Amino acid sequence: MASFYGFEPKNPLFLGTAQYPSPAILADAVRRSGAEIVTVSLRREAANGGAGQAFWGLIRELGVRVLPNTAGCHTVKEAVTTAEMAREVFGTDWIKLELIGEDDTLQPDVIALVEAARILADDGFQVFPYTTEDLVVAGRLLDAGCEVLMPWGAPIGSGRGLNNPYGLRSLRQHFPGVPLVVDAGIGLPSHAAQAIEMGYDGILLNTAVAKAGDPAAMAEAFALAIRAGRLAFEAQPMEARDMAAPSTPVMGKAFLA
Amino acid sequence: MTLLLNGAPQEIAATTLAEALAELGYAGRIVATAVNGHFVPARNRAATALNEGDRIEVVAPMQGG
Repeated sequence: MASFYGFEPKNPLFLGTAQYPSPAILADAVRRSGAEIVTVSLRREAANGGAGQAFWGLIRELGVRVLPNTAGCHTVKEAVTTAEMAREVFGTDWIKLELIGEDDTLQPDVIALVEAARILADDGFQVFPYTTEDLVVAGRLLDAGCEVLMPWGAPIGSGRGLNNPYGLRSLRQHFPGVPLVVDAGIGLPSHAAQAIEMGYDGILLNTAVAKAGDPAAMAEAFALAIRAGRLAFEAQPMEARDMAAPSTPVMGKAFLA
Repeated sequence: MTLLLNGAPQEIAATTLAEALAELGYAGRIVATAVNGHFVPARNRAATALNEGDRIEVVAPMQGG
C-alpha cells in the first residue's frame, strides 16, 4: 500500500464530509466505508453559532485523520492563508491544495497551484495538490515539494468518472514511485475500481456517496470496489487485444462437420 | 469602533483581536482568525491591535470535499 507522507492507510479511500442528509448519516457513511481519512474545510463561524464546533466534535469521535482543503480559493494568497488557518485549527500539516481557475469546470489553476504548493511546502506543509493529469505540471508540483499528486478524474461533483483514462494512465507510468490519488469526478464504484486497477493509490470522493439514496451503502460499495481494484492491479491484468482468442482449447475438438 | 466581522459591519468596544473574540462570544471555541487577509495565529491575538474598518475573518471546521 502507498504511503501518504508516512501514513499508510489500509483503505485508501479519502471520503469527503459535505452534502450528507444529516450528521448521523455522514457518521454511518464514514464507518461503513472504512475510510481512515476524511476531508474537511474551514468556513465563517457566526458569533452566536456553533455549527463548526458540533461538526468538529463529530469528526473527532469518528477517530479518523483529517485532510483540510482550500476549497473555493482562487488566488495563491487566499489558498496560503486558508492553509495556515487550517493548520492551526485542525492541528495537521496536511493540506488538500485546491486553487480554482475556472468556475464552470472547477478546473485547477495549475500555474497558481505550483506557486502556492512551493510556498506551503517550504513552510512545512504536506501538500496534496488537486491538479489535472498534465505531466509537466505534475513534475513542477513534485519539484515544488509535493510528495503526493491528486489529478482529477472529471470536474468536481460531475460524477462522470475518468474523463481521460489515457492521460491518467500516462501520469501513472511517468511517476511510478509517486503516490497518486484520483480526486474529483468519481460517480460510481466502477470508476474508482478502474482508477485503482490502473495502479492509482487512492480515491478521493464526496458527492457520489453523499448524494446517493443510501449514502452508507454507497460508501461500502466504494470500499469494496477499491479493494477489488487493488487486488486486480496486484494480480497483473491481462493485456487487451482487438481480435478474439478462443479460451477453450482448439486441439482435440471432435470433427463433426 | 466599527469593523467588518465575516463581511458584516460590527460595532465593538475591544481594541485587540483577543478582546474582540471574547466580546463577540467566541471565547473557548475552536476558530482561526485573519485580519485584513493575513492569518493571525492564536498566540498573537492578544498583541494584535484593531483599527477602525479592519476586516476580521473568524472561521471554524466545516464539512468539505
